[in-house]
Amino acid sequence: MVVRPFWRYSLRTVALAYLAVLLIGPVVFIFIKTFEHGFETAWSYVTTPAAVSAFWLSVLIAAIAVPLNTIFGVGTAIVLIRSKARGRRLLDALIDIPFVVSPVIAGLALVLVYGINGWFGSWFADHGIQIIYAPAGMIIATVFVSLPFCVREVAPVLMEVGTEQEQAATTLGASSWQTFWRVTLPSIRQGVAYGVVLTTARALGEIGAVAVVSSNVLGSTVSLPLLVKYRTTTPGPGGITAAYATGTELAVMSLIVLLAMTLLSPQRKDAR
Amino acid sequence: MLYLSVFVLIPVAAVIDKAFSTGLGDFWTSVSNSISRTALENTLVISLIVAVISAVMGTIVAWVLIRDEFPGKRLLNAIIDLPFALPTIVASLALLGLYGTGSPVGVNLALTKTIIGVALLFVTLPFVVRSVQPVLLEIDTEVEEAASSLGAANSVTFRRVVLPALRPAIVSGTALSFARCMGEYGSIVLLATKVPIASLIIYNDVESGTTQSAAGLSVALLVITLAILFGLRTWGSIRGR
Repeated sequence: MVVRPFWRYSLRTVALAYLAVLLIGPVVFIFIKTFEHGFETAWSYVTTPAAVSAFWLSVLIAAIAVPLNTIFGVGTAIVLIRSKARGRRLLDALIDIPFVVSPVIAGLALVLVYGINGWFGSWFADHGIQIIYAPAGMIIATVFVSLPFCVREVAPVLMEVGTEQEQAATTLGASSWQTFWRVTLPSIRQGVAYGVVLTTARALGEIGAVAVVSSNVLGSTVSLPLLVKYRTTTPGPGGITAAYATGTELAVMSLIVLLAMTLLSPQRKDAR
Repeated sequence: MLYLSVFVLIPVAAVIDKAFSTGLGDFWTSVSNSISRTALENTLVISLIVAVISAVMGTIVAWVLIRDEFPGKRLLNAIIDLPFALPTIVASLALLGLYGTGSPVGVNLALTKTIIGVALLFVTLPFVVRSVQPVLLEIDTEVEEAASSLGAANSVTFRRVVLPALRPAIVSGTALSFARCMGEYGSIVLLATKVPIASLIIYNDVESGTTQSAAGLSVALLVITLAILFGLRTWGSIRGR
């Protein structure tokens, strides 16, 4: 299709304008607002005790949820692609539930199961374990919402790699464990890495599911995204600037994630 | 399977159980009262509009990124993923500041449905772009050239050759966008303070302890979302034949 220059420039302008209004404008705005009163002021807002504790809580959530979902993701992808087990197609469909279920509903679901009056809540309470309104609940909520990413990145790669090399390894006498570590894993490395990046991004930024199971007490169960919400809706001494500062902190973390995405993306064939 | 059960299946079953725990009557009350009805209606209408705009604009952006050449294209291609990486609450805060009360660009959309739509367009931007891009890259331009050299106008070539090839990718990207819109919370929590939106009503219900009505609304929201996704998939496969 030979597109005349007029149309090409029009489409380019439309696309660029759309991206400028929607993406670039808001992000630049956040940065400008944060440093309006100088770097020192912004820095002071991200180093208050509440902000530091929120930062570490976010890191903790990601540090537990991401490895769990990565192991599950690789394992499930192998079952989905390599095995002929019954119920495979059902499993395939069920994996996507977190993409369809609202994060808020996920949070509610966890309250109903693990809360004090929930299905298993009394058992946990009897054993002195608090899940809802505690970091444990926030971790489970994050696992829920970020569960499909790794499976969905690894499965297509696994399909594409094929089984020839694995069969060769087995023929040469490798155990299935050796085959996995020496042959399968290295060949799907790119997919796994991209899945980890997507899971991390979601884990750091999740608010809906986490908000429901958090007690919203500063310093204990407020993660960085919740702190942004808190500082916007109940402005403290720093007012809205404090919220912008935390927003920028999160944005910087996400830019690092985005950089990782970009570096990993040229090799990926499937873009979901 | 156990992992999936502990984290996903049992909790979702608990929501459905809770919604009907006190009988069908209470379930109906929880979804048919005026707030729930308005919230579901707003959520559905806004999500449908956003899904359509996202499909059209996503396809245009994907086309420009694949077929057009201009300086800075690679950078632009990289920032398409930004909404996946940027926490949604940050997007919410930025849009509130930029297009809300006291906007530096003179656009005050605070408390309107439009600003909710803008937030949803932000978070759903990558879905269509990223599903259309690889397909557009693989389409053989020879078929398009053949159509053109046989005298087909650009509009005909687009409708008869390009669009049918892209349709499955556009439909699946749009389906993901739509599902995301229906349940979205983070990017609109600071914006939808006056307009009832299902996910925010559910959140408020949980906070105030009325979990039965929250569960009822959740089930209704899920059923509507699944029905539309099913319809979209059926339509896609019929047209695809």
